[in-house]
Amino acid sequence: MLVPVNWLKDYVDIGMDVDQLADILTMSGTKVELIQEAGEVIDRIVVGKVTEIKPHPNADKLLIGMVDVGDRVLQLVTGALNVKKGDFIPVALDGAVLPGGTEINAGRIRGEDSEGMMCSALELALDLDSLTEEKKEGIFILDGEYTPGTDIREVISLNEKVIDFEITTNRPDCLSILGIAREVGAALGVPCKMPETKFKNKKGSIKDHLKGISIREPDLCYRYLGRVIDNINIKPSPQWMQKRLIQAGMRPINNIVDITNYVMLETGQPMHAFDLEKVGGREIIVRRAGDGEKIVTLDGKERKLDTNDLIIADAKEPVGIAGVMGGEYSEITQKTRTILLETASFNGYNVRKTSKKLGLWSEASFRFVRGVYQDLAGTASERAAALMEQLGAGEVVDGVMDVYPNPPKPYYLEVEAERINKLIGISLSPQRMKDMLERLEMKVELKDRRLCITIPTFRQDIRLDYDIVEEVARLYGYDNIPKTVMTGSWVLGTRSRREKTRDRVRDVLCGCGMYEIYTYSFESPSVFDKINLPKDSALRKTVTIQNPLGEEYSIMRTTLLPSMLSVVSLNYNRGTQRAGFYEIAPRFIPREIPLKDLPDEKMTLAIGLYGGEDFYSIKGRVETLLGELNITGYDFRRIKAGPYHPGRAAEILVDGETLGIIGEVHPEVLKNYGIEVRTYAGELDFDLLMEKADSQVTYTPLPKYPSVNRDIAVIVDREVEAGTLHQIIQEAGGDIVEEIGLFDIYTGEQIPEGKKSVAYSLTLRSREKTLTEQEAGEVMQKVLKGLKNKAGAVLR
Amino acid sequence: MKEKLKVILENASKEIKACRKPGEIESSRVKYLGKKGELTALLRGMGSLSPDERPIMGNLVNSAKEEIEALLKAQKERVMVFQKERRLKEEEIDITIPGIRFPRGKKHPLTKTLEEIKSIFLGLGFSMIEGPEVELAYYNFTALNIPEDHPARDVQDTFYINDDIVLRTHTSPDEPRVMEKTKPPIRVIIPGRVYRADDVDATHSPVFHQIEGLVVDEGITLGDLKGTFDLFVKKLYGEHMETKFRPSHFPFTEPSAEIDATCFVCNGKGCRVCKDTGWIELSGAGMTHPKVLERCGIDTSKYSGFAFGMGLDRLTMLKYGIEDMRLLFENDIRFLSQF
Repeated sequence: MLVPVNWLKDYVDIGMDVDQLADILTMSGTKVELIQEAGEVIDRIVVGKVTEIKPHPNADKLLIGMVDVGDRVLQLVTGALNVKKGDFIPVALDGAVLPGGTEINAGRIRGEDSEGMMCSALELALDLDSLTEEKKEGIFILDGEYTPGTDIREVISLNEKVIDFEITTNRPDCLSILGIAREVGAALGVPCKMPETKFKNKKGSIKDHLKGISIREPDLCYRYLGRVIDNINIKPSPQWMQKRLIQAGMRPINNIVDITNYVMLETGQPMHAFDLEKVGGREIIVRRAGDGEKIVTLDGKERKLDTNDLIIADAKEPVGIAGVMGGEYSEITQKTRTILLETASFNGYNVRKTSKKLGLWSEASFRFVRGVYQDLAGTASERAAALMEQLGAGEVVDGVMDVYPNPPKPYYLEVEAERINKLIGISLSPQRMKDMLERLEMKVELKDRRLCITIPTFRQDIRLDYDIVEEVARLYGYDNIPKTVMTGSWVLGTRSRREKTRDRVRDVLCGCGMYEIYTYSFESPSVFDKINLPKDSALRKTVTIQNPLGEEYSIMRTTLLPSMLSVVSLNYNRGTQRAGFYEIAPRFIPREIPLKDLPDEKMTLAIGLYGGEDFYSIKGRVETLLGELNITGYDFRRIKAGPYHPGRAAEILVDGETLGIIGEVHPEVLKNYGIEVRTYAGELDFDLLMEKADSQVTYTPLPKYPSVNRDIAVIVDREVEAGTLHQIIQEAGGDIVEEIGLFDIYTGEQIPEGKKSVAYSLTLRSREKTLTEQEAGEVMQKVLKGLKNKAGAVLR
Repeated sequence: MKEKLKVILENASKEIKACRKPGEIESSRVKYLGKKGELTALLRGMGSLSPDERPIMGNLVNSAKEEIEALLKAQKERVMVFQKERRLKEEEIDITIPGIRFPRGKKHPLTKTLEEIKSIFLGLGFSMIEGPEVELAYYNFTALNIPEDHPARDVQDTFYINDDIVLRTHTSPDEPRVMEKTKPPIRVIIPGRVYRADDVDATHSPVFHQIEGLVVDEGITLGDLKGTFDLFVKKLYGEHMETKFRPSHFPFTEPSAEIDATCFVCNGKGCRVCKDTGWIELSGAGMTHPKVLERCGIDTSKYSGFAFGMGLDRLTMLKYGIEDMRLLFENDIRFLSQF
């Protein structure tokens, strides 16, 4: 909400620096976003020197000026006749931004190029009150001489201040100069004034012009007040009004439209003016639109409506969409002689629905959606009438037609002072609270320590004791509330098991040289093909976003692998030779499609490694992790899975449950990601990891007897896997085999074709005694026998 | 003979002191004390002395022998020390050559910031809970006093799965979730990932992270919120930090506040980061709205509560001076390795 300070000063005495006011308002709940100097937003406006003035070949009332703007000479068309050769003037270049945000572009006017615009004092939003009459009219001729091309802000001071307030949704009453003035009054403890609403002359009677107003939907239209202005004299509104509109961010159009906008900005009440002669039957009916009923709105677009939309109609057809935008047909034109001024109050939820459906938002709908209090219509209509008269825009017709079926009663609330003090943590007297609330125009009666409060109708946000608590707190000043330490029950802070496990996993994996990553939770549906996921994979059933930022972000991921590979690809292609990453994040698995219930969010650990790594280095990291989590009963089994190399992938089972898959990423998949180096990745079920993790460490006594070490090398068929041999050794040797260390796998010279040599270092130990040579030898015999029988192994 | 002895002693002393290796010392020993040594020869020559002179001379020779032995011993020690020193000297290395590094990964900066915050709140008696990222519109909006068609639903650009299911736009839905399940006293923090339909740029991301705090108990006041948050900020950024509470509005808190903290880039002096205000916006907070409490079956005549929410990404960016939010999700190792 842009509030020109001079406009605000019409209604409240500020009596201090604007910066100081801004601080006070921010601390009392009306947040100042920034203070603009009117000139601050302007851009690409420079000093130009007029080198030639000639008539426009195709238009009597236009001139063509050749203007030196430093680096070149522009041809500019103007309607102002006060420019002479040799004058220094402000020139808006192509792409310039005027105060109020209007952009100026090069174009053609009546067949002649105009490469920018010569500016008037008004267009620069100069403080007109401080200018002489001749400076106010036409192009603003600068005094003195300047270098062409100089930024205009260096030449003239554009120092009128405009405060930009951030108005929260609970305070629609503050979307107006008067609303802000009221807050200033409450914060500073000074009275604020009301605008002039008196007009002197009344002509005829409204009944001569308007047959009637009826509201068919009192739930959607709470009030409709019509007023007629006759003998309209369309012209530009005076410069002071235009300037204020520009400063508040609106574009001046003509006196009638400007007055309705001015009153809206001033009071918060949206208004609309209809050309009454175009209102069929001179009758207003507020009704639901028929299904498929159409209207061309002021912006020239045809809108198709349905029965959910509320319209303003004449006897036959729609003349406006209630609270959103008027119709083009009944628009004010140069020929308009009589107007109907609408000040109405509509149901905000309904306005929001219609606006949203049509994608049509206006200053009016913005206010209705947030809530325009119903009592405001009368004042606003009078204010508009007074301005019509004051500006000579037309003659006010006597009387109004005001359909107001259910005027709301002021809300009444009782709150104990103690309740307020207890929720804030202060101890104010009831009298002090009363004084504060009265500054907010509430009526307060004290019954002992109980406040009996009548809420003004413009405060529709105050309905509960807590709302009063907030009003007292903000006027008392949040700064003045003492900081206290919570009393009450003692609570012990605890970390969840998941959190503890996550911390351990992070520590272990960081210790294994891997970096934690955070990636987006949504993905493109095309990633499934990219990672070579089978067409019938359950992971292709996804939670899909209705309104994604783009297709590439349209599904909630069911696998973390694509993001991991993207991160590997990014780092690889940026020249990092080797790296390891992990991510802990949920996968979103729908229970049924279409989604009826929330999906399962399966917390998942993804890992990825590339550069100087092999399968065993990812496996080793997983084994280290399992070890650190004290998970022992695990098993790696060969698996074939789409994204992985068919001969280099393993499924990990813990106590028979699938923990996940790790492996070398399939070369085709790597190609899809532009990765030219072998990459290893995997995904583990984090919740299973958490379930199986054992944080309870129990001490095992140190062995009392020494161990015996024996190395063996056997020759087996190449296909025999180390895991099989390991299992045979353990089973054959029994408990005495304490440790089995694989230290060499060899093929080549001295080894027959199709065979390999596998060498183990075994640690043997008994819990009861020191093993003798003979006993150790017997164990080794058993091991060798087992290897021979079950794996066809021959001692090398 | 005495003269001879004197000469031997003098020579021996000179020679022994010049020894630099154990072998040289041994040679000297042999030369003077060995079977064919000079001193031994002298002893042998004693037979030619008179019986009176013999014991005198014997004593002199013995003490000379002792003297030489002592000299040898001392020199031997000296040589040993010298040798050790020489060996150490030879083993000197260039300690400016870079060390062999043990490769260690790092936690993501968001995790690091979160860990600090968590440990502070843990100390203040807060437990940590988590909730779903794909959330019912009921918890994301309705239970937080944001009814359907309320303009506040427009304020947050929500990703919809369908009319009833959304990607949560804040961590606040876990407030009603925890209040439905747990009876007061409640003291929790809720970190989590949230989603808004914002286009990606240096300060916006459709995916970001919040930390929510919630306290519900008897006698909780707005002053308690101030005290608790102020304590948190001082623990996180230092005792010199100040906090400022400004009135604001959120549908699920009343009264509501925005909390600013001393800009920790310039310590409140004013800089580019705080736009010369000396303050940085840290959190939205307030007393839990009675409608939110009542909907969860909490008796508002007995209990009250406060809640606050912060952007983890923003806190992290401010803390480390990261200027582009995209870096947090890009995961370039040259970025990750800096934390």
